[in-house]
Amino acid sequence: MIDAAGLIVTPGLIDMHAHLREPGDEEEETIWSGSRAAVAGGITTVAAFPNTEPAVDNEASAEFVVLQSRRAGYANIFPVGTVTLRREGEELSEMAGLAKAGAVAFSDADRCLRSAEMMRRGLLYAKMFGRPVVAFCEDSDLRCGGVMNYGKVALRHGLPGIPAVSESIIVARDIGIAEITQGHLHIGQLSAAGSVALVKQGKEAGVMVTAEVTPHHFTLTDEACEYFDPNYKVLPPLRSQSDVEALLGGLRDGTIDAIVSAHAPHAAEEKAVEFVYAPFGVVGLETLFAASYTSLVEKHGFELLEVLAKLTINPARLLGLEAERGGLSPGKLADVAVFDIQTDRVIDPEGFESKGRNSCFGGLTMRGSTIHTFVAGRQVVSEGRVLGPSEETVAEH
Amino acid sequence: MGWNRKHLLGLEDLSREEIIELLDTAEGFREVSTRSVKKVPALRGRVVVNLFFEPSTRTRTSFELAGTRLSADVLNFSGSSSSTSKGEPLNDTARNIEAMGVDIVVVRHSCAGAAYQLAQVLECSVINAGDGAHEHPTQALLDIFTIRQRKPNFEGMKVAIVGDVSHSRVARSNIWGLQKLGAEVYAVGPSTLVPNGLAKLGVRVSHNLDDVLEEVDVFNMLRIQKERQEKGLFPTIREYAKLFGLNGERMKRVKEDAIVLHPGPINRGVELTPEVADGPRSVILDQVSNGLAVRMAALYLVGACAPQGGQAEMQRAGAGERLCRRSSSREDGCSTRRPVSTRSAISCSRMTGCSPWPRRPREERERTVLKKMRR
Repeated sequence: MIDAAGLIVTPGLIDMHAHLREPGDEEEETIWSGSRAAVAGGITTVAAFPNTEPAVDNEASAEFVVLQSRRAGYANIFPVGTVTLRREGEELSEMAGLAKAGAVAFSDADRCLRSAEMMRRGLLYAKMFGRPVVAFCEDSDLRCGGVMNYGKVALRHGLPGIPAVSESIIVARDIGIAEITQGHLHIGQLSAAGSVALVKQGKEAGVMVTAEVTPHHFTLTDEACEYFDPNYKVLPPLRSQSDVEALLGGLRDGTIDAIVSAHAPHAAEEKAVEFVYAPFGVVGLETLFAASYTSLVEKHGFELLEVLAKLTINPARLLGLEAERGGLSPGKLADVAVFDIQTDRVIDPEGFESKGRNSCFGGLTMRGSTIHTFVAGRQVVSEGRVLGPSEETVAEH
Repeated sequence: MGWNRKHLLGLEDLSREEIIELLDTAEGFREVSTRSVKKVPALRGRVVVNLFFEPSTRTRTSFELAGTRLSADVLNFSGSSSSTSKGEPLNDTARNIEAMGVDIVVVRHSCAGAAYQLAQVLECSVINAGDGAHEHPTQALLDIFTIRQRKPNFEGMKVAIVGDVSHSRVARSNIWGLQKLGAEVYAVGPSTLVPNGLAKLGVRVSHNLDDVLEEVDVFNMLRIQKERQEKGLFPTIREYAKLFGLNGERMKRVKEDAIVLHPGPINRGVELTPEVADGPRSVILDQVSNGLAVRMAALYLVGACAPQGGQAEMQRAGAGERLCRRSSSREDGCSTRRPVSTRSAISCSRMTGCSPWPRRPREERERTVLKKMRR
């Protein structure tokens, strides 16, 4: 029995976009540390993106992710398989095998499919398995080596900019392809006002297009890059105030279906370089709920249930997991999170369970700390602390 | 008034008063170059490192000579600014060099923000000698200084920056500095290199040099990089020269007292024809000699706030104390933290041979450095 007086009890959150780095970049994150970070944020289900080394482009790799997730024993980690072999955009990967091993979606992660024909084939082929293709939308020619949003800050700083239209034209292209293939296109990490309008238009026209957004894209603008801090260097980049408003509008009117962390841990030494050379990405598993709650519910007056839907049942439906997850009704797994939405907390990246400290919310005061998390009825977080050994041990085979 | 900045990172951060103080200080140092003994002891015992991660001859030489004329010990370090080629991150390189007891780091780097980054991790002073396309404050200051020699009143003055404004740190620093002094800045060049967004910074954008030729008081002709043409940002050098080069024909139409600047090195026949570069309106060589005075002023002013380091420094500090006591009767003497004026600093140091600012104990400084290294 847990006394949840003064707290809120929600279905365990589902984060349909995170990078857990294993296999390949275990010094940045492992499935073990990423799972702990997830449950510490009240997230019980995570879709792990395949930009690993090697990429998760075959059945065996996908099974490895599932196996590591079971060994870790915290959140449910579902692999996302690649659309193309080695994410090279040349040949389709074996999606049947990936789906069999548990892949919930297909994506080439942070690489945009340059060929529209490849996107057409990917959407058609993925349709056979009832899984969405998560598209990273960016025209790399228009990006032209950009490192932050193309706008006044980039102009003043002499930094190469990434124009918002480099995202929108690919969103338009892919929606056109989704229309003719009738496949399920999910737009990853919307950042630009133009893209929101296109998704809305697509939905109205009956195209099977869905979309997600991260808390940093709807809370911060490119002004955050004022002091060349690489912790604000993300892809797609933080954009302007009018883009933020469009994203909030999209969340409100249902154009945007899900809120995701796009958790992208980087080793401290990788980020402690020149802004231009620093890798893109920020961590977000442990701030997903707090940032969404504080910004959307407290600041912008969203209904709590509206926000929770985008963190639970909506992503469950998009990934085909709604039979067992995403709600608290009988018959579903007892994935439960308990949050405190009354106490202020200052975000301290040094205290994260994730190996990554590259948060763009460090030092901010937020509400929505995780108190308890249960995965399939088993308690994994108690009084805000993750249970179990604090160091990863070699798994028994 | 009074300078109390530890770093000189860019002109966007500076106030109008600070810019004027820098220019006035440079005016004082310009006279030093006319003496037969071209040296003052203002930074004696101080260590200045030129940390250049990008090839540069002019700026580095100018800083080196400026440091030497202030009696500082000047070291040159050149590295590669590509993050992968050497394997050592910028912060590590800079901290290692700082740990040798450096007072001022002059940094040139191909990445915008590199100087800001170093100012955050280093204990010593940082002078930005050009970071990517962001800022090049001393170049803009020497441009402004040169303009001021000919045209002391900036109010309402029209200055055209001609060329690749988009990729130019010189242009950005000039825009901030000139606007603060009251001048109106024009950005002139091909539309692929002069974005219309510059209007948001209060700049008048023009893609036609002939349109503005007759109203402009100062032309600052930026050097065009061949690689921009190779990357396809404009069709040919020939067409560029035709549209945006200053030649004899165009010079006939400009104002009678208009002057021409160029940060060098000139692509003769492209930005300027030789007759213009070497003509009566050209102040390009003044820019070079003024650069020295401006860099002396920059080193001197940030040096006044720089923390101290190094054993040799400490020994000299003791010697300085004795000398200071001897001159303590002077009103504007060495007992003040900073001299009242540059003029007095120069003369004071000349008379007593000591630096007129107090030193932090070496142990204290070492502690902070060690703490930083551990972190």
